[in-house]
Amino acid sequence: MNLKAYKDVITRPLLDENPITLQILGICSALAVTNNLTVTMVMCVAVISVISFSNLFISLIRNYIPSSIRIIVQMTIIASLVIVVDELLKAYDYETSKKLSVFVGLIITNCIVMGRAEAFAMKEKPLLSFLDGLGNGLGYSLILIGVATIRELFGAGTLFGYEILPLVSNGGWYMGNNLLLLPPSSFIIIGLFIWFIRSIKPSQIEIDDFELSDHSTSPDLSKRELNV
Amino acid sequence: MFEHYLNIFITTVFIENIALSLFLGMCTFIAISKKIDAAFGLGIAVIVVCLITVPLNNLIYNYILREDALVWLGIEGTNLEFVELISYIGVIAASVQILEMFLDKYVPALYNALGQFLPLITVNCAILGASLFMVEKDLLFVESIVYGFGAGFGWAFAIVVLAGIREKLKYSDIPEGLKGLGMTFIIVGLMSFGFMSFGGISL
Repeated sequence: MNLKAYKDVITRPLLDENPITLQILGICSALAVTNNLTVTMVMCVAVISVISFSNLFISLIRNYIPSSIRIIVQMTIIASLVIVVDELLKAYDYETSKKLSVFVGLIITNCIVMGRAEAFAMKEKPLLSFLDGLGNGLGYSLILIGVATIRELFGAGTLFGYEILPLVSNGGWYMGNNLLLLPPSSFIIIGLFIWFIRSIKPSQIEIDDFELSDHSTSPDLSKRELNV
Repeated sequence: MFEHYLNIFITTVFIENIALSLFLGMCTFIAISKKIDAAFGLGIAVIVVCLITVPLNNLIYNYILREDALVWLGIEGTNLEFVELISYIGVIAASVQILEMFLDKYVPALYNALGQFLPLITVNCAILGASLFMVEKDLLFVESIVYGFGAGFGWAFAIVVLAGIREKLKYSDIPEGLKGLGMTFIIVGLMSFGFMSFGGISL
């Protein structure tokens, strides 16, 4: 195992195999917690630490887990880690923990964690698995922080709660886009991110299940006769 | 009394739709919505599992975990809320496993239809989310049955609608990079803006 392999497992999930935009993992939390950059950062740190350590621990005991009950074993490890994170957050940053409400608990069922445990940590050595967890956590954070930056900057004119674009209501010139503060807007932003990433990396473009034949082009509506 | 339960049901399905307003279970929601058949099967499985696990977790919370819940055993001053997450996920994983075995043995037809979706459900945050919101809302046992059913039904409803839209989408001319996942995200965004219009309604 050389250095390049270590570097690869960290850098690949950033753009080439991003968990959110390509593997469809861990989307739930990407939406609900991204209207404020501070909260997003806390969530990202929580996810990165849970996923790296769950990968490490699962990889350490991978040869002793019977495959029939592996899901429950993985769940137990992940759930214990999430409880630790949850309790730490409640102890040291109660405000943010209130804002995140159930979403910290939902890291357990965040499919990134399970998905990487199943696809990587069950097969590979501990250190490599730890780095894979770190890489995927970072790939997840990259998208989340991108979405949160757009939403907070253009929605409320602030970043980390500091004013960047002075709002009209505070005597400035910027009219906040309230649409971006609503949770559904993050779907659309992620959709556009996917478009952006796939334009740079055309290999990620999905192939159609079938092709429309030449004859079935859309009907020319202007020439259609009306059957009244 | 009936109206009260109906109220909970309608609120859960439309106003606080678990997929489109609370964004839970999104990964499976987007991954398994290419065909209506599959979406329907998964939807039914989610309804069944929600209907079983939410009331079960309600009992566990009210009689074991909650502060001073163990009074019926004669033990006072307990607060086991910190093991909340792990016990709920344990209940969910176990009931999915039992349901799978039960269906395999007694209802093979249903097992063939739902079987492949059941393992997916353990990691579906809609199920765990429903249990966590049930605790946040502090529901009674009967209410939690209605809530569990409503949560599952709302999710199933949303995924079938999305699958319907995606099937029609095959005929649309979408820019290369947006094909598939990208477009699905944007559609879900628009759908969920649509569901926000239920937001102001109070029953």
